Amino acid sequence: MSMAILMDTTRCVGCQRCVVACKLVNGLLKSSPSDFLATDALQPLSPDTDLAMDESGDEELSAHALNVVQAHGSVYIRRFCMHCQDPTCVSVCPVGAFSKTPAGPVVYAEARCMGCRYCMMACPFGVPRYEWNRVWTPRVRKCNMCAPRMTKGLKPACTEVCPVQAGVFGEREDLLREAENRLRQEPTKYVQHIYGKQEVGGTSVLYLSAVSFEALGLPANLPHDALPTYTYRMLSEIPSVVTLGGALLGGIWWMTKRREEVAKAEKQERKAHP
Amino acid sequence: MSFSKLPKFTFWRGVLLVILSAGFYSSLLRFTKGLGAATHLTDHFPWGLWIGFDVICGVGLAAGGFTLAAIVYVFNLRRFRPILRPSILTAFLGYALVAVALLFDLGKPYNIWHPLVMWNPHSVMFEVAWCVMLYLAVLALEFSPAVFERFKMEKPLRLLEAITIPLVIVGVLLSTLHQSSLGSLFLIVPSKLHPYWYSPLLPLFFFISAVGVGMAMVIFESNLSARAFGREIEMPLLAALGRAMGGVLGVYGILRALDLWRRGALVPLREPSTETLLFALEIALGVLIPLLLLLVRRVRENRQGLFAAAVLVISGFLLNRLNVSITGLEYSAHAHYFPKWTEVSVTLSMVGIMFLCFALAARYLNVFEAD
Repeated sequence: MSMAILMDTTRCVGCQRCVVACKLVNGLLKSSPSDFLATDALQPLSPDTDLAMDESGDEELSAHALNVVQAHGSVYIRRFCMHCQDPTCVSVCPVGAFSKTPAGPVVYAEARCMGCRYCMMACPFGVPRYEWNRVWTPRVRKCNMCAPRMTKGLKPACTEVCPVQAGVFGEREDLLREAENRLRQEPTKYVQHIYGKQEVGGTSVLYLSAVSFEALGLPANLPHDALPTYTYRMLSEIPSVVTLGGALLGGIWWMTKRREEVAKAEKQERKAHP
Repeated sequence: MSFSKLPKFTFWRGVLLVILSAGFYSSLLRFTKGLGAATHLTDHFPWGLWIGFDVICGVGLAAGGFTLAAIVYVFNLRRFRPILRPSILTAFLGYALVAVALLFDLGKPYNIWHPLVMWNPHSVMFEVAWCVMLYLAVLALEFSPAVFERFKMEKPLRLLEAITIPLVIVGVLLSTLHQSSLGSLFLIVPSKLHPYWYSPLLPLFFFISAVGVGMAMVIFESNLSARAFGREIEMPLLAALGRAMGGVLGVYGILRALDLWRRGALVPLREPSTETLLFALEIALGVLIPLLLLLVRRVRENRQGLFAAAVLVISGFLLNRLNVSITGLEYSAHAHYFPKWTEVSVTLSMVGIMFLCFALAARYLNVFEAD
């Protein structure tokens, strides 16, 4: 059972409620929480929840904005972690600070992280952000699909507060079927492609759009292979490199040494029997 | 107290003093205000000079250590022995620099030991971390006879002599693995790295060019130390090394050309761009011109000619590594990165400290065995 989010950019009205809800549950609101809302990140939310909308408006992901709505002409797209099926960040992290949970979210363990930022380098979607100005405890920041809320049976905050169902939460298989239905029912409205179905081996965030995905800022040049396979192919050669290389070097050493000994012996022989 | 005891104030010492003072200020900034204040790194450009130069170039430039160790002990070409120890020392200092640079660059440097206990065998970085750590230990052991000789400690010397061959072989294997893995680090960014540089053969290219630049570094250092310590230069040895370096460059050049052609990556050459300029410069400076120089016997066996070829190979190598780790990524990140002066001053300080350590070791230890 792997959960996912289906984003239909044709539905999004750019109201930014998802952005503020995300800040609320992640403790990123600049102002202290308003009178109407408790600080509890695990409270139920709904499209009617009163949110501090003056906190919206980030245009780019940052350490304080793990979820942003970007306007491309008249089309809005919400960008956040894609929660890949075979995540690049999980594969590259030397200390295993990232993991893909069976429920779907890709989560980060800050206690393990040593701050090498290879995850930021490697992420094909350019998602992870860094707390550059924290001196001793900088963290990598990204959406965790509200993994803590999911364990309580709650949906990701962004999908709960959406008034137009532009982002819906559900099982990935179901959402793929739903997306295919929408493409079939309105073939002229949509670009006939589900972004995230196959990109880098598939993601747990899926996009539908009426305009090209590239125009919405989603990378168009991604392979369908999961990127970790590119490096793992190399890494799995290590045992053979070590054994073959060791044998080869040992062999060369033995031969060159033997040759030297033979040469020495021949020289002595010649000296003894001129 | 007489002033004649103080070190003489020469031009280069003055330069070093300025660099180290700037580096000291930048270090304070880094560890009191954070990476944001001390660098030009951003979310769009998370790796800069400290990784691109200090780590990725640093490890490559230190490749002379394993290359010469293999030549002397595995291939049993004993005549290269006189230049082995200074190369091992340079390699050791280079790797030490890499470790210190990481302490600056890591967001949480106090967690640098985590790869020891928190394993992720799927991560190239994890492999690099282990190899660098182990190889630093190997280099320390390979150089330690110089220290034991100084203090006339016979027992450890005999022990080290007994394990020399296995130690050298382990060192060569570790180097092969992580020199190539520095290239593998970038295998995971096929959509981000410019086609001039992204190739499935990156690990192979990184390994071959490390061997080449290792030889260039040995030639370069031998010239510098001959000048600095007023020693005779081992010209026949270096000329032989230069010939081998030419061979390595040839193999590297042919492989890169075939790879570029096969991937159709030469198409953008027709449009002028920063990438095209840097790519052309890298190939011309680091491969074509030195190869032509080394093919001529008179140049190869001439001290200045060989030195020039080595300097070219080193510059081309530096360009290549910086292209892969910085320039080649700029176009996809839609971001421009140029190091802040504080980043540059830390890097220069570390290079300065390396020179200082080399000079001290050369003065107090038997680095040049033949003498």
